[in-house]
Amino acid sequence: MILKATQLSMDFGGLRAVDRVDIEIHEGEIVALIGPNGAGKTTFFNCVTGVYPPTEGQIHINPPGGTEVSITGLKPNRIAERGLARTFQNIRLFPNMTVLENVMVGRDCRLKAGILGAILRDRRTREEEEQVIHDSHEILKKIGIEQHVNEQAKNLPYGAQRRLEIARAIATEPFLLLLDEPAAGMNPQETRQLDDLILRLRDVEKLTIFLIEHDMSLVMRLSERIYVMDYGELIAHGSPAEVKSNPLVIKAYLGEDVSA
Amino acid sequence: MEVLKELRKSLLLALWFVVLTFPIMVIRVNTITDTIEWRWERAILMAVGSFVGSFLWKFLLARQEARKSRQTAKGSSEASDDGASAQKSLTERLLARLGWTRDTLREKKVAIPALAILGAIVIVFPFVTSIYQSNIMISALIYVILALGLNVVLGLGNMLHLGFAAFYAIGAYTYGLLNHYFGVGFWIALPLGAAASAIAGILLAIPVLRLRGDYLAIVTLAFGEIIRLLLVNLSGITMGPSGVKSISRPGLFGLDLSYTQAITYTYFICLALVIFTVFIVHRLENSRIGRQLVAMGEDDIAARAMGVNTSRAKLTAFALGAVWAGIAGVLFAAKTTFINPDSFKVWDSVLILCMVVLGGMASIPGVIAGALILILLPEYLRVFSDYRLLIFGAVLVIMMVFRPGGMIPKRRKAYKLRPEELQGSAAVPVGGGEGDAP
Amino acid sequence: MDFEFFVNLLFSGLTRGSIYALLALGYTMVYGIVKLINFAHGEVYMIGAFTTLIMVSVLTILNLPILAIAVIAALVAIVWSAGYGYTLDKIAYKPLREAPRLSALISAIGMSLFLQNYVRLAQTSDFLPFPRFLPTVRFLDNYDGLSSSQFIIFTTTTVVMVILTIFIKFTRVGKSMRAAAQDRMMATLTGVNVNKTISVTFLIGSVTAAIGGILISAHVGQINFYIGFLAGIKAFVAAVLGGIGSIPGAVLGSFVLGLTESFGAGYISSDYEDVFAFIILVLILIFRPSGILGKPAAQKV
Ligand SMILES: Nc1ncnc2c1ncn2[C@@H]1O[C@H](COP(=O)(O)OP(=O)(O)OP(=O)(O)O)[C@@H](O)[C@H]1O
Ligand SMILES: [Mg+2]
Repeated sequence: MILKATQLSMDFGGLRAVDRVDIEIHEGEIVALIGPNGAGKTTFFNCVTGVYPPTEGQIHINPPGGTEVSITGLKPNRIAERGLARTFQNIRLFPNMTVLENVMVGRDCRLKAGILGAILRDRRTREEEEQVIHDSHEILKKIGIEQHVNEQAKNLPYGAQRRLEIARAIATEPFLLLLDEPAAGMNPQETRQLDDLILRLRDVEKLTIFLIEHDMSLVMRLSERIYVMDYGELIAHGSPAEVKSNPLVIKAYLGEDVSA
Repeated sequence: MEVLKELRKSLLLALWFVVLTFPIMVIRVNTITDTIEWRWERAILMAVGSFVGSFLWKFLLARQEARKSRQTAKGSSEASDDGASAQKSLTERLLARLGWTRDTLREKKVAIPALAILGAIVIVFPFVTSIYQSNIMISALIYVILALGLNVVLGLGNMLHLGFAAFYAIGAYTYGLLNHYFGVGFWIALPLGAAASAIAGILLAIPVLRLRGDYLAIVTLAFGEIIRLLLVNLSGITMGPSGVKSISRPGLFGLDLSYTQAITYTYFICLALVIFTVFIVHRLENSRIGRQLVAMGEDDIAARAMGVNTSRAKLTAFALGAVWAGIAGVLFAAKTTFINPDSFKVWDSVLILCMVVLGGMASIPGVIAGALILILLPEYLRVFSDYRLLIFGAVLVIMMVFRPGGMIPKRRKAYKLRPEELQGSAAVPVGGGEGDAP
Repeated sequence: MDFEFFVNLLFSGLTRGSIYALLALGYTMVYGIVKLINFAHGEVYMIGAFTTLIMVSVLTILNLPILAIAVIAALVAIVWSAGYGYTLDKIAYKPLREAPRLSALISAIGMSLFLQNYVRLAQTSDFLPFPRFLPTVRFLDNYDGLSSSQFIIFTTTTVVMVILTIFIKFTRVGKSMRAAAQDRMMATLTGVNVNKTISVTFLIGSVTAAIGGILISAHVGQINFYIGFLAGIKAFVAAVLGGIGSIPGAVLGSFVLGLTESFGAGYISSDYEDVFAFIILVLILIFRPSGILGKPAAQKV
């Protein structure tokens, strides 16, 4: 396993948004987390990435070629340094920075240059800086948005903004990529392109992918395993076929449809 | 019909303002001498003013709306060919009239002669003008340093700092007191003042690390007041409200300088320090540290998720900002040779804020322009000087509503890529990017 | 002697607390809905006091008893202050509702600076004597711990609080205010006219601020254009202390702050009177940023 959450819970005041959830991710997988609106999926991601300290439970990682460590309660930036990167459900780019700069910020956590380096701009800093520009540009090409390179992020079309979030996340050199509804708001054609992108990230970039998604066809096409949450609890887990036929899952989704 | 309706609206608005401002504008009472003065002409002025003003306001608001919708339209359209910011600055438009763009200014052919002329003017300035002029210019340059310092916190880090004058005070008092008690000279005090101020900056930043933006504003304001009250009340050390007198001017290898020479010398020190500041701030903003700071200012949560240590970034910003305030403070003490707590009130912090906002947050040329305008204009247009603070207040509101980017908005650096990268053949896009979209 | 001193400090603390409470209400209500520190709120308080002073001077020609003049002047001032509050929202904050928070905050600072200097230029920068028109309360005559004006300030504040609580709990507008404070989006969706609600909030906040300004000026006996700023900042501190967005919190925070300042000045040093508020602010923000009565809230991501 490379990520393991044990009995993870998160309370907001009286509301238990995540309730004793156990999840395990293995290297090279594409795993999906699904569930009706308000099930607690995003909150689970937030706990894993350190945005909220979980109320209870443990999170462990075991990076490929590394050893198992707990990341429970670490700050988000520490977790990012350890190789977990994420995107946000409501796109959170750095809107006034350029596309390239957005990606460069992602890569910056792997660099060393400090204030002195910035001021003196010695050879090492200059080389580092050039490397960042080069690498970031390569990432933009891989993600397919290099034509926007010097535009401000806020001026990008919606689909490209979603892609830029992924680009920025992989710039941090993660081993596990957490995507929160990457296909939200995309048209069918963009979604199909996203399929390809995610598969290639796994196959070419050797990333493990854990994604939250409401687009069931995408989830069924891509994921090897699926976790289902409802009201904060994990209600099912298994292969797409298993999950699809699980009565609890059907009920959770139908129940939502009726109320909606 | 439309026109009539607008007209009626504006008339009503004018009436509203006349009535609203009537007691304070028209009647002036003096309860000491027990006199009442009626100034009816002001009601008429108010009526005309607000009538015209309402049209101007509406016009500007409509333009703002149009600009915004244009931008969103562009954002959602697939083909966004030019990456330049949609907001054209005043300078850009002026330049365009000359058939130039902002990039023309960057071209060597234009930039070098322009810089040379500017340099020549700046260098001969103290010799061809009076001491009085030099003194004003020294003040202006000191404020340029202050504004560039605040710009690190406000412009890059997007943190509203309302206690900046406190760091200015710390710099000034470091020199003033060291000079008074121990006879320490300017050149030694300069780094000490910067260091003292930086330490204070870090001390302030530690408790506010976790605070949201608006609380930060209040805490920094509180900090500024605490420092000032300490300066007033610790009179055993600081000499209280009467302040520190006869501080030495900067020394030049122990030479005896006449007053004129000393001022000229101070002028050049200020000038050198401004250049030094610009150099460093410019390098910082295009570095890893600067990027992380901007990212934090843009979106704290996203920045942290991308591995930015926002606590450290905040500390760095506060410390760096404070360094410049400290340097400016030492310069101020050396220039006036007399300091007291009155120079470091909340409104002095707001004045510096105003410079950054007027010029353009995060934009170095903007901030310099802002500082020069706000110091020099009231000096040379004496009619203004009474209305200075009133106008500054209005400037803050108007800039925020109509031109949040300032006079010379920050333009993000466009990175030039190596030729082989521009061809885009090196890597095959994963998953067919939009590039392949029909 | 010692006990008397203590009682004096207690009453002066309660008086301060009352004034802070009248001001803090405006901060907390506006913050609750618009999420903005209305830096110009203290200026409304100052304008309330100034308008009263002007009206009292003008009305003396009517040859009415001073109390009647004072009441009329105060009412006029309160209405006018409400007008200022309403207008400043429309000019400086409404265009910035969707803008970054920083913009609105800077605009608020600008408005505060503008209004201060507007009064300074249109009137004077000197301190002006303010008529001490608060009537003497008979039954306090043979008790010298509590002055009449302190008593009146305290009672008025209590009455205002009670009225306000009833207003917010039971009227339709009050309910919209609470709805908008909880979730502006949801409130809009459920048919609350959020813009109108915000305007009402500014009106009410300005009314209470003006009442505070008038009372304190009549108590202290002098005013100038600058009295609003520090009082405003401190009232904001009180609102944060109690838990910003919470009305009972604002009242509680105000009294805590008023008493701290009063006892601090009395027993520690009056030189640092103004520092206490700021130290409290820093401490509360570090140890309990949600304030005494506020609920801790995690930012939604
Ligand atoms: N910061 C917060 N404070 C209070 N409650 C919160 C917070 N964040 C989330 N919640 C609540 O927790 C529950 C789970 O929310 P979450 O966003 O995790 O759901 P989700 O599964 O991601 O839903 P969606 O599919 O709509 O994104 C919801 O009831 C939500 O209102
Ligand atoms: Mg979600």
